[in-house]
Amino acid sequence: MADLAWPDPKDCSLLGTRVPRIDGPDKCAGRAKYTYDINRPRMLWAKFVTCPYGRARVASLDVTPAQQLPGVVAVEVIAGVGSELKTSFQEVACIAAESEEIAREAVRRVKVTFDRLAHNVVDDDVAMAGNQAKPGREQLTDDFAEAIGGAAVVSETEVGCSVLTHCCLESHGSVVEFGEEDGQPVVRAWCSSQAVSGVGGEFAQAAGVPAAQVRVSCQHMGGGFGSKFGADLWGALAARLARQTGRPVKVMLERDMEIALAGSRLSAFGRMRVGVKDDGEIVAWESDAWGTGGVNGGMGAPGLPYVFGNIPNKKVKSTPIFTNTGAQRAWRAPNHPQMCLLTMAALSDAAAELGMDELDFFRKNLGLTSRADVYREELEIAAEMIGWKKKWIPRGDQGDVVRRGVGLALHTWGGGPHNSNVQCTLHPDGAVELRCGTQDLGVGARTTIGIVAAETFGLPLAKVTVLIGENRYPQSDGSGGSTTVGAISTATRHACVQALDKLCAAIAPEMNAAPEQLIAKDGLIRGRESAAGGVPFADACRRLGAQPVVTMGQTQRGNGMSSSQVGGVQMADVEVDCETGIVTVRQMVAVQDCGRIIDLLTTESQVRGAMIMGVCAALYEERIQDPVTGVVLNPDLEFYKLAGIADVGRLDVHMMQTPEHVARGVIGIGEPPAISPMAAIANAVANAIGARVKRCPMTPDRVLAALKT
Amino acid sequence: MNAFEYARPATVEEAIGLLSAKDGEVAPLAGGTDLLSLMKDFVVEPKRLVSLMGIAPLQAITVGKDGLRIGATVTLDALLQSGALNQWAAKWPALWHATAGIRSLQLRAMGTVGGELLQRPRCWYFRRGHGLLAQEADGSSMVEKGDHRYHAVFGNAGPAKFVHASSLAPALIACGATAEIASPKGNRTVQVEELYRTPATAGERETALAADELLVAVTLPRPRPRSATYEVRPRQGLDWPLAAAAVAFELDGGGKCVAARVALGHVAPTPWSVPEAAALVGKAIDAAAIAGLAAAVAKSATPLKGNAYKVELAQVALRRACAAALKGA
Repeated sequence: MADLAWPDPKDCSLLGTRVPRIDGPDKCAGRAKYTYDINRPRMLWAKFVTCPYGRARVASLDVTPAQQLPGVVAVEVIAGVGSELKTSFQEVACIAAESEEIAREAVRRVKVTFDRLAHNVVDDDVAMAGNQAKPGREQLTDDFAEAIGGAAVVSETEVGCSVLTHCCLESHGSVVEFGEEDGQPVVRAWCSSQAVSGVGGEFAQAAGVPAAQVRVSCQHMGGGFGSKFGADLWGALAARLARQTGRPVKVMLERDMEIALAGSRLSAFGRMRVGVKDDGEIVAWESDAWGTGGVNGGMGAPGLPYVFGNIPNKKVKSTPIFTNTGAQRAWRAPNHPQMCLLTMAALSDAAAELGMDELDFFRKNLGLTSRADVYREELEIAAEMIGWKKKWIPRGDQGDVVRRGVGLALHTWGGGPHNSNVQCTLHPDGAVELRCGTQDLGVGARTTIGIVAAETFGLPLAKVTVLIGENRYPQSDGSGGSTTVGAISTATRHACVQALDKLCAAIAPEMNAAPEQLIAKDGLIRGRESAAGGVPFADACRRLGAQPVVTMGQTQRGNGMSSSQVGGVQMADVEVDCETGIVTVRQMVAVQDCGRIIDLLTTESQVRGAMIMGVCAALYEERIQDPVTGVVLNPDLEFYKLAGIADVGRLDVHMMQTPEHVARGVIGIGEPPAISPMAAIANAVANAIGARVKRCPMTPDRVLAALKT
Repeated sequence: MNAFEYARPATVEEAIGLLSAKDGEVAPLAGGTDLLSLMKDFVVEPKRLVSLMGIAPLQAITVGKDGLRIGATVTLDALLQSGALNQWAAKWPALWHATAGIRSLQLRAMGTVGGELLQRPRCWYFRRGHGLLAQEADGSSMVEKGDHRYHAVFGNAGPAKFVHASSLAPALIACGATAEIASPKGNRTVQVEELYRTPATAGERETALAADELLVAVTLPRPRPRSATYEVRPRQGLDWPLAAAAVAFELDGGGKCVAARVALGHVAPTPWSVPEAAALVGKAIDAAAIAGLAAAVAKSATPLKGNAYKVELAQVALRRACAAALKGA
């Protein structure tokens, strides 16, 4: 029997190395088709009439002028007269027409009036929210008052961060078509989705057909970040309108609806007090936090203090605020970046209050975390990489116009695998096919499966075909929470090892060997000890006869195959122009463990991408709501500001790959590196200017305001 | 976007004939980087577009005795390239800085000098269809009550609160540039600052050009090498500065200021000429004089509740532009 366990890294030719994404060339050449690119014969385009206020009731609605426009095929009213709309851009009606232009024009012809209702779109003011602020139960440990009263120093911090959106470059949407396959009715749904195996039911229900008839497809997608798990109203409308009209219907959100409605990351603000002893030991934590996830409130797990959860004495309160803004959805490590900012800023300020080097202070208190040894090692490496000792100077007025600072933050995440099934087909001519109903959000799922299969069969990557992104393929859970890589890699290994066993059994007699003595390596099936007498892989497969070998693998947990719980450290080196308030990130370093790495290149890319998102959140990015009308004022990529390539500075990544880490098995990497960057940059800015900027993004106005405090 | 007629005349005269005196009916089209976005959002709905890109003379850059003449449809890329090619960059550093400051490759490739000068405000109320003045039914200002972090801090006493978005205009104004305008009644030449005006009532334009007039070229007179532009730009890519200042000085042999022109950008409904600069004449432009000018400028500022920081940024830009201009001398 071939060994299911991961091979020793020194025996690997692909696993753990830097392998470019196998779909990279297709993406660069434009061959990769995204949902947005799907155009079908006789397809209709659908566009929305939306609410122009933060909150309103539909007073009158006449869709006839739209229906009368030549080229308009169907109109569905979503919110009829009397309906209350709770956020701007909420859907009132959907119009399907022969072309995108006609659909847009038809939207403008709909006669709709609204009664404006009082709205609240302010995300940082509990008092303004009135009864829409819902304080949670306060957690108070018995000895808190005594502990904070007896602390040598009690630091105070006020900090927060604005609502962000997912900013998927491919907006949410679907194309739905009723058709036939082998004489049987089918409904095809192309959907930009993080859950290809899971969304079929939603389409089936909306289309009014049995789920077995629905063919979901997502070959490539332009980002999800946690916002694309369902078919959503938009997918359901595509299905309903396709059924109603008998024609394919495309519903892709325009950028404004995408930013306003299709998911956001909640804001979080907090007033913290940290009690410390003279030697830097943290003895007490107090936090009063609030924030909004829009119409669905917010402020879930993790709680405060983040990572340093074992601070002995605590008083913790949080207040979610319901506002008339687009609902929050899971955003790359839900709630972790915000809680990381509140915690790391408060601890950094405590260190500054003591006059202690932030790095020493964090090191001193690692016992209050659940993975002290990992963090200690990571802190050492990160400090070395960024040159902390040379760069850190105590907070205070440096006197110069342009000031430098360094800061750090720590994070944690689970990243254990979800349930995945992978089917391996070994053809008698040596062709290898892997099928899995997973999806590639753009980060390398396809490549992961290919690497594991190729490594297991001892083949070059180009010799295996990876088929994903179809719900006809074996079930695989949605890609969220860094659960995918651990699942699809181990399920692929499981499937391939079984197939390899059958192959070895077929060829063993003529090689005069026992099947368990055979391995697949360098394109050969050969003896464990020597390549001599090895049979080329394709020749070996011919011994299978006419029938292919088909095996099914499942997610493997534990036993060194996969695991969960990672820690990471990030440090930032920034420059602040104290006259303009402009912050420039010079360098960031990320040190991260994630168990055994399948593809070092895509892993490092994941980490770099996360750091770039962190630069955006720290310096540029926020959804801005108009206090007057309640609408999103920046539902575009001009005023919804993201970093450009020249804005991100140097990004260095170090992945922990010691034998101990490798031995843990595969752990997901999607969320962890996205947690710390905003906090690390915020602390670096505080170090540079000697003051805490109260809100991220740290735009010039906020930095200048902090400098005046 | 509505359906529209498209015309591509070969001469300025033909183009003028295709325009309409009625505002909003016809729009001249150059690079389209602004106009087409506005049309897609139905902020403007012209029935006809008159492309200027077939009119060869509008694409010429000439450096002669009279100075530097730049045709209205010269692209920003072409202007940048000609800085070295035609050796004007060192003669008019203020314009060079402002041109190089436009970092978006897409805008550089498609955007033109005329389009840059006459681009519409980026005000988010205007872009969302609330009109240039963004007034509610009762005449109150949405900008004043709303989020105005990017709005005007000078010249905003009337209903106009937006900022003019041109980056080149302050540099041209500081350098004393003129603009050639073609109209059905013949051609005329004005100072670049005279291209702009602050609308006082809804329906007024933010430019002095009539709807049937065309900007043909701008000309920078004899060089004033002591010039500079400084822009406060938080991002390196596609973005508009939060504030900018362009300055141009002439000094006599003793280092005393003979003439000074200063204009601010992105802080007022028009490129904002700074009359206080006249006070520099006759003085040595030292740190104290520069600080005095910055302080005088701040005194005339009228920030709204949420954008006082822009006054600070304008002062910083002004001080840094002055320093750069003197250093370049």
